[in-house]
Amino acid sequence: MAETKIREYTKEEIKEIRKSRTPIPEQEPIVRGKNFEEVALGYTEEQALREANRCMACKKRDCVAGCPVEVPIPEFIQLVREGDFTGAAKKIKEKNSLPAICGRVCPQESQCESLCTLGKKMEPVAIGRLERFVADYERAHGGGGEVAKPKPTGFKVAVVGSGPAGLTVASDLAKIGHEVTIFEALHKAGGVLVYGIPEFRLPKAIVQSEVDGIASLGVKFELDSVVGKLYTVDELLERGFDAVFIGSGAGLPMFMNIPGENLNGVYSANEFLTRTNLMKAYLFPEYDTPIKKGKHVAVVGGGNVAMDSARTALRLGADKVYLVYRRSMEELPARKEEVHHAVEEGIDFKLLTNPVEIIGEDGWVKGIKCVQMELGEPDESGRRRPVVVKGSDFVIDVDTVVMSIGTGSNPIIPESTPGLELTKRGYIVADETGATSKPGVFAGGDIVTGSATVILAAGAGRRAADTIHEYLMSKVKN
Amino acid sequence: MANKILEKRVLRSDLFYFRIEAPELAKKAKAGQFVVVRADDNGERIPLSLANIDPDRGTISLLVQTIGVTSTKLSTLSVGDEIKDIAGPMGHKTPIEKYGRVILVGGGFGAAPLYPIGRAMKEAGNTVISITGARSADLLVYEKELGEFSDKVLISTDDGSKGHKGLVTEVLKNEIEANGADLVIAVGPAIMMKFASLTTKPYNVKTLVSLNPIMVDGTGMCGACRVSVGGKTMFGCTDGPDFDGHLVDWDLLMSRQRTYLVEEKEAMEAYTCSCAPHS
Repeated sequence: MAETKIREYTKEEIKEIRKSRTPIPEQEPIVRGKNFEEVALGYTEEQALREANRCMACKKRDCVAGCPVEVPIPEFIQLVREGDFTGAAKKIKEKNSLPAICGRVCPQESQCESLCTLGKKMEPVAIGRLERFVADYERAHGGGGEVAKPKPTGFKVAVVGSGPAGLTVASDLAKIGHEVTIFEALHKAGGVLVYGIPEFRLPKAIVQSEVDGIASLGVKFELDSVVGKLYTVDELLERGFDAVFIGSGAGLPMFMNIPGENLNGVYSANEFLTRTNLMKAYLFPEYDTPIKKGKHVAVVGGGNVAMDSARTALRLGADKVYLVYRRSMEELPARKEEVHHAVEEGIDFKLLTNPVEIIGEDGWVKGIKCVQMELGEPDESGRRRPVVVKGSDFVIDVDTVVMSIGTGSNPIIPESTPGLELTKRGYIVADETGATSKPGVFAGGDIVTGSATVILAAGAGRRAADTIHEYLMSKVKN
Repeated sequence: MANKILEKRVLRSDLFYFRIEAPELAKKAKAGQFVVVRADDNGERIPLSLANIDPDRGTISLLVQTIGVTSTKLSTLSVGDEIKDIAGPMGHKTPIEKYGRVILVGGGFGAAPLYPIGRAMKEAGNTVISITGARSADLLVYEKELGEFSDKVLISTDDGSKGHKGLVTEVLKNEIEANGADLVIAVGPAIMMKFASLTTKPYNVKTLVSLNPIMVDGTGMCGACRVSVGGKTMFGCTDGPDFDGHLVDWDLLMSRQRTYLVEEKEAMEAYTCSCAPHS
């Protein structure tokens, strides 16, 4: 059913619009570099219709194969084309509980859009932007019209962590009628979606609305509840939960172990982003949590978190932000769009550059000493290994350094859960289905894979939900 | 709702005792652990030591010294009010076993965690000596409470109005010289813990300190609480809070504790302003 006036495109027009994707309105770089509001403003209905008409509705459906949760992409785009935006949102939600989030933060260019048939000759269909559009439309128009409450199964499931994996598991299981309780260590639900990803990339109101939606399914949220400390996993099982899903994330920041790393003004990206996003330090002193607003900031690393940190530093008022990365532009693991935005905003990329020391004065950061690198032979990751250029060290004058070189496994759950098999690096061993070495205990997301993406965590959550459901149903039979 | 204040006592103009309904925490927490507290929706997350754990009554106790905005906000709460967020128990418990002669050293809010630790040490069969001090007798707190389980409570005051005139570290030195010690546990301001550790070093008495670096989440996620112990960087929250006082880089701890002095002052001014009556 069409909810909006459909613009019919003629064959000639379609041929024309297929040539290039519909641009998404964005805040100007010079403006957005000074505020925390969202960078991309989202498609209008007209823009969404135009972009949906670019889809060839090809038989290959490679885009679906490129999606970790196999969203029925051509089908939802067809609904957009018909003007049924709410229907399109429902279609996505058959496979992905968090479309407003994934539409914003998924690396589409290396997933669905990378396999788009149109993209082989021209620019691929902007699938992510369309996903975002329909999710936003549904939220704005209250099109949720929530589903009828399922018949309770009588089974109780505990979910540890309320990030993308936990939210997905909880949502999927609640929809089948299982009683789900999410235990969240922090005072707010959302995990990395609230503490890590900045407001300007993922507004917290959107995360809250997804959380509210999941709560409306009957999922209970126990905030301030550190599993492993307040309750162990075994205690949750003893307390009547029939299964436990661990989606606690990769919460232990790594440092380089170079001199000067404990100087005042050196942050882990996790701390820098948590202070800013979760604790709202950018609104200090209206909010109580402070952050050092560096004038000259070096962010070390090349992932999405590094981009987020650099762009956050800029918005906190830095005059100059450097991104220090030891390989070259080509190897940057961050999403292309994030890199593009960072460059537009004036982040200074110091590539093939590796820090060797943080220089201090009276306990505070004064500079970061780096060496120049060159690319040598490929390493085990297949990327060319950066090698130090002898005698190339130089100092960048900065007052703040943000270490964004990845995270390790948080020890709290592994330490407190006997019988849970771990990898050498401390991550939980779980198979494709989410099953761990411990009966009744399942895991997924970064605590299994190490730092990855929102959608991979959501995908793991989806598969684990299927596995947990099967596990619970097998208990009925016995 | 949770975290209801059942009892409030003003120990000193700047020091408040709260007993709070928190049955799950009380069941789980052990001496030496801490909680992360947030006073309200705009609040900062701050770590506070557990001053008592009462699983039978389902309560925990906190000692709040008004230093910054959060502690000041907390100090204004009354019996019946709820504390917005309390998460924990964080960190490892203090290793309680039979050491022999255990000396506890603490002052001000530092005396708080010594209460559950000392009790547990006594129950484990140790001889427990408590040393506490203040600038003057009227500022002394927790003397009576420490006396509940201590074989001896030794006092020092800067002005000599009670007990030894001078520092707690001098009392500590005298006590070790006179009677020896198998373990010293010092909790309080970093400078006191530093000098307590320096005092025990020549006697080679194992000394545990409970470090109080700046924290955010308290679960190992942010790394704000980095401390250097034996030349190795560790996290105060997940590796601590107890560490070997002889191995701690005290100057680093104290330097890092000063990170937000300017902002803390600014926040305090903003808070005081917003609370001032409109004239």
